Amino acid sequence: MLTVISFYLLAFVAVAAAFMVVAARNPVHSVMYLILTFFSAAGLFILMGAEFLALLLVMVYVGAVAVLFLFVVMMLDVDFVEMKQGFLSYLPIGALVAIVLLLEMLMVGAAYVAGETKTVVVRETGVSNLEAFGQVLYTDYAGIFEAAGFVLLVAMIGAIVLTLRDRDGVRKQDATAQMARTKETGMEMVDIEPGQGIG
Amino acid sequence: MLQTISLFAPQLVLAFFASQLLSTGAFAKKDISVGVRYFAVGVLVLYAVIGFLLGQPTGTAFKGALIVDSYSHYMNFFLGMSAAAALMFSKSFFQTEKLDRFEFSVLVLYCTLGMSIMVSANTLLALYIGIEMQSLALYVMAAFNRDSLRASESGLKYFVLGALSSGLLLYGASLIYGFTGSLEFARIAQVITADGATPGIIAGMVFLLCGLAFKISAAPFHMWTPDVYEGSPTPVTGFFAAAPKFAAMALIARLLVGPFGDITTQWQQVIIVLAVLSMFVGAIGALTQTNIKRLMAYSSIANMGYALVALSAGTQAGVKGMLIFMSIYTITVIGIFACILQMRIRNGMVEQISDLAGLSKTNRGLAIVLTIFMFSVMGIPPLLGFFGKFFAFVPAMEAGLAWLVVIALVASVIGAFYYLRLVKIMWGDENEQEFVQAPKTLRGLAVITALLIFPLLLLPMISIPAQSLISQAAASLF
Repeated sequence: MLTVISFYLLAFVAVAAAFMVVAARNPVHSVMYLILTFFSAAGLFILMGAEFLALLLVMVYVGAVAVLFLFVVMMLDVDFVEMKQGFLSYLPIGALVAIVLLLEMLMVGAAYVAGETKTVVVRETGVSNLEAFGQVLYTDYAGIFEAAGFVLLVAMIGAIVLTLRDRDGVRKQDATAQMARTKETGMEMVDIEPGQGIG
Repeated sequence: MLQTISLFAPQLVLAFFASQLLSTGAFAKKDISVGVRYFAVGVLVLYAVIGFLLGQPTGTAFKGALIVDSYSHYMNFFLGMSAAAALMFSKSFFQTEKLDRFEFSVLVLYCTLGMSIMVSANTLLALYIGIEMQSLALYVMAAFNRDSLRASESGLKYFVLGALSSGLLLYGASLIYGFTGSLEFARIAQVITADGATPGIIAGMVFLLCGLAFKISAAPFHMWTPDVYEGSPTPVTGFFAAAPKFAAMALIARLLVGPFGDITTQWQQVIIVLAVLSMFVGAIGALTQTNIKRLMAYSSIANMGYALVALSAGTQAGVKGMLIFMSIYTITVIGIFACILQMRIRNGMVEQISDLAGLSKTNRGLAIVLTIFMFSVMGIPPLLGFFGKFFAFVPAMEAGLAWLVVIALVASVIGAFYYLRLVKIMWGDENEQEFVQAPKTLRGLAVITALLIFPLLLLPMISIPAQSLISQAAASLF
């Protein structure tokens, strides 16, 4: 009973918050609602027994992505209020598309329910999700895992290629040069006559 | 372990040397882009031939995530060679435009790594990772001229639409996973054989095909192509038009005859719709173009349509026809772009078709070579383009799709108009403007590809082994 109540609560909050993401006037509020959506989705995952995915969702999406969004929203000088003007006037057509999609999904879902049920993943008893991941991530999926690493590397190269500029006249910090300073190079002994001063 | 290494020698070669070149370039004190480019070309050639040097090992590795067969060996060879050619013809362009950076060569290597994963994909996960690696490198290459507004726009457009297509693809993949319970192609095929085509599987398959249609720019998913082709630096456009298209097409063929081999009637409709739309959008859209890169974009849309006609047969001969057609198309496109890159007047590159006017008088060699290519894409008999279309259309004919072949022929005739217009402008019109002397690599590449198109590949000692190689590759899918 409690599970059912919490499912409906979380699902309702997730959908309502997702709606508020597009409806909110203030972009910062939008991001806050987005975070709420992620949290509700994480709660749904926990209800399904996928606690590792839930934690991952909170850590990656709330911890990194949403905070990044906040930074971008606050740093960019975009007049979001003007941009969002009349945004909700698209609601009827958006709702229409959403309803069509929903009906299609229902149809597919109904066909699935009508057929026999299948277990997607055979769960071994006594193995936590995290252990199950660990058992396959670096063994069966090692090749794919490495390839995914290369995908991230390519994204990193891309970001650097497209944005890094070497500007002249900018003083850079060179840690090796700093560390290599000795007493001789960094200090000069000047013998000053009394009453003369330097220069 | 050792077996895995020998199976994945091509991918390992690419991954290892790409990372080596990246770190060498990043820590080098001075600009080493020229050296990196030549080294990368060497790596690509090694990647292309290493499968054959090792005696074409076959099998799967990483618990069936990737498969190596004659098909992937053939594709690796072609992808490596065309990427190497594209890298060679990018040299003079980037140097004169003062854009040359070593990252470009590294990105080409990573892109080819992505493509090689695509053509050996044996699970939906490997398929997605391969596509993503290839696409990310392509987005960056499209925007490589970062100070140009048009290049940045084309990169951004490509990125946004590419992200959308990845979304479609992933949605389809998740539906298929949900309804079959497995990511592996072999297992999916088993479930489909047992259960037949349930609505969920068909919905997933259609989404998957839509995502992939974006990558080969088949209509109605072609919107990005003309803008991205026009905005990107010309050598990058040349690269786009050749290897990535072939890789995505090969991946579609593997999907259709592998996991979906038992529901041919279902996917045949989708492929036929894509083929017919692409042929007509490509042929009619190109009629009004004045920019040669946009023209090539529409031409590539139309040619993807012809390749899909071959695939729609759903037979081994169809896959073979697609491989022959795409191989010849890839060679032709590389040659055409080697010609387009020679269109440089003293003030810089020109891209208008009218700039070609009077080319037969100012630069007869280029005019002859370009004319050969134009006649080849049209499909005029002694040239290889004819055989490409022949092998693409005959399987569809045999599979009882005669009406589709008739449509394809009508589209070819419409398409012939704008290729002929180009020839007429080159040989008939008057113009004072003269192109500057092109660098040797470009002229060499254009002439070599023109020779390949013209008589060389028809010689029996080349055409017979090549045909048997392609037949073997097509047979390994079934």
